[in-house]
Amino acid sequence: MSESLLSVRNLTRHFDISGGLLDQIRFSGGRFHRQKTLVRAVNNISFDILPGETFSVVGESGCGKSTLGRTIMGLYAPNAGEIHYRGDRIDNLDPRSLLPYRRKMQMVFQDPYASLNPRKTIRQTLEAPLRYHNPKLSNGEVQDRIEEVMLQVGSDPQWISRLPHEFSGGQRQRISIARALIVDPEFIVADEPISALDVSIQAQILNLMMDLQQQRGLAYLFVAHDLSVVEHISDRVGVMYLGTMCELAETAALFENPRHPYTRALMSAIPRLGGGPGGHVRLRGEVPTPINLPSGCVFHGRCPHANDRCRVEIPGLRRLDDGRQVACHGVEEGRI
Amino acid sequence: MAKLLEVRDLVIRFGLRTGEVTATSGVSFSLDRGERLGLVGESGAGKSVTGFSIINLISKPGYIASGEVNFNGENLARVSPERMRQIRGNRISMIFQDPMMTLNPVLTIGTQMTEVLHRHRPELSREQARDIALDKLRKVHIPSPEKRLEQYPHEFSGGMRQRIIIAIALLTDPELIIADEPTTALDVTIQAEIMDLLMELCEKDGMGLILITHDLAVVSQVTQNIAVMYAGRIVEKGPTSRVIAQPQHPYTRGLIAALPQSSRHGERLNQIPGMMPTLKDMPPGCAFNPRCPHVMEICHRQIPALRPGSNGNMAACHLYPEENAHE
Ligand SMILES: Nc1ncnc2c1ncn2[C@@H]1O[C@H](COP(=O)(O)OP(=O)(O)OP(=O)(O)O)[C@@H](O)[C@H]1O
Ligand SMILES: Nc1ncnc2c1ncn2[C@@H]1O[C@H](COP(=O)(O)OP(=O)(O)OP(=O)(O)O)[C@@H](O)[C@H]1O
Ligand code: SF4
Ligand SMILES: [Mg+2]
Ligand SMILES: [Mg+2]
Repeated sequence: MSESLLSVRNLTRHFDISGGLLDQIRFSGGRFHRQKTLVRAVNNISFDILPGETFSVVGESGCGKSTLGRTIMGLYAPNAGEIHYRGDRIDNLDPRSLLPYRRKMQMVFQDPYASLNPRKTIRQTLEAPLRYHNPKLSNGEVQDRIEEVMLQVGSDPQWISRLPHEFSGGQRQRISIARALIVDPEFIVADEPISALDVSIQAQILNLMMDLQQQRGLAYLFVAHDLSVVEHISDRVGVMYLGTMCELAETAALFENPRHPYTRALMSAIPRLGGGPGGHVRLRGEVPTPINLPSGCVFHGRCPHANDRCRVEIPGLRRLDDGRQVACHGVEEGRI
Repeated sequence: MAKLLEVRDLVIRFGLRTGEVTATSGVSFSLDRGERLGLVGESGAGKSVTGFSIINLISKPGYIASGEVNFNGENLARVSPERMRQIRGNRISMIFQDPMMTLNPVLTIGTQMTEVLHRHRPELSREQARDIALDKLRKVHIPSPEKRLEQYPHEFSGGMRQRIIIAIALLTDPELIIADEPTTALDVTIQAEIMDLLMELCEKDGMGLILITHDLAVVSQVTQNIAVMYAGRIVEKGPTSRVIAQPQHPYTRGLIAALPQSSRHGERLNQIPGMMPTLKDMPPGCAFNPRCPHVMEICHRQIPALRPGSNGNMAACHLYPEENAHE
């Protein structure tokens, strides 16, 4: 795995939402216990991202996509597992040792309105990370870099003295991308970067992201709920359900022939332009909460193929002959 | 028999402190009984304002400046508030994107449903109202509806809540449902279920549906006819399959071409340059002219009327000159 840009190994991230001590006290079996309430947002996830590739993560609201991205970025500490960047372990570094990696890894967020500081001019927004990572740059060099990056994201360099509220959503997202780019990263986590934008603007931002990838060899971890966008831009896709990776495959293989029962349901529900209505796989029940994870396969309660083994044994991601990975007993047993 | 709904030349304006702005102009469309119409367009195009105006729900300082909203032949733009209350939530129901705009968090679903029923049918006994509520919850496939009646909105998932909203909208057996982005906040699997449900209800009960959304793919699956809005006007309308397969207006063409499905995997998308103008900086002539690849001199000075395009879709574009209208 030495050629991987990023390696994620058995990554787990929980949130403790127990509240104060009193909220945690439970009485059972004649005794008081202190019991924690954990949201199991990301559980035992492993995958690799290669230099220059687009790896997308899809799955329904609350399945842990953002938590995964933020944990990789070091915004949340993992509870277990490891993260390696070009072979170096980075999840256990102190902030100073992490600094060189922070420059290589940047993040673009969903909401271009919330992610820019409303009181800072565009120049200030772009200048801060640049100077932080390159303290030796002269004023002239800083100015040059700012103008260059503004042009690269298709924005007018003359705008840099303006405040965010003077821009449309699409323009703000360009500036968020400029802020990530200005430190010359290799890897960008883009968490729903186009979800808040209109269709005609989405195409502009996606083109920008694809162009930049070509020019700079960027790798993306891309999170989006629009599956037709994911199908278009991704090299590989991971499908998450309840904090677990249930299938990971090359894009065409995943969309043309999904194997995991959840992936099948998800793919069949994508509204297709000009496609007929209906015909999607109906799932019974609802997504359970990540507070009390189901035993065995996290999907077993809704799966039309679940058997006794599925109810007790957690399926691991197994590689199939075509190279894809699927976490499903039914697929392993040849039932699906 | 009159059309179920006939909107004619609707002009909606907002009296802002900074001056009057026109949100929609010359909006005309009609709907037969049982017909499903999609109203699509990007953010700010005027979809919601149009939908709200049908039942006179535009918030101040908005108002209907001119035009007609004929519902079964009665012009709702001119009826008394009293008459409007009889129609709204009764013969025309509305479903919003955010279920909490309809649901009261502190009342049980059962209480809310019986309240709606009693408002429009005070003669119903409690048992009758309860039976109707149960019937509608079953219709939207809510399991164990008896138990659900006793529950509060927060005890339901997003998808269930939206189904309950639909059940509430159905209580009075309306002739028309206006659904404004009913699934935008929901996951695709839930969206697919809700759309199936809406279609099933229209087909079984002959209800009309106006589906407001920015998602062309959803509209293409659910509706028979489509009206595309841009900057406050309908720029194209026609049968859904034909508008999708043979869009006439350059904006509709651009919109469809910009979808990932229209490009090969990994290739650049066909983006439309620029963005939709805001109400305050509408260009003269065709509002699409700054972004249009076919812009001509006339586009800068004359607003194009909605006329039949070459395939029978109606399009508001100077590419389709007057002559077509007299074929
Ligand atoms: N800071 C937090 N504290 C407590 N719980 C959290 C926190 N952040 C996320 N969660 C919970 O973790 C789970 C995963 O959330 P996450 O935001 O990663 O999902 P997501 O896949 O990004 O969803 P969406 O598509 O809605 O953005 C959810 O149940 C969420 O409520
Ligand atoms: N209360 C209001 N005061 C002033 N302008 C308003 C008001 N409500 C809507 N508008 C304006 O009217 C225009 C049409 O708005 P509308 O809400 O109908 O758009 P929409 O097509 O539904 O967009 P979206 O997809 O974002 O819901 C917009 O330019 C909007 O800014
Ligand atoms: S492991 Fe079992 S329950 Fe899980 S998806 Fe496969 S068949 Fe269904
Ligand atoms: Mg998220
Ligand atoms: Mg709207």
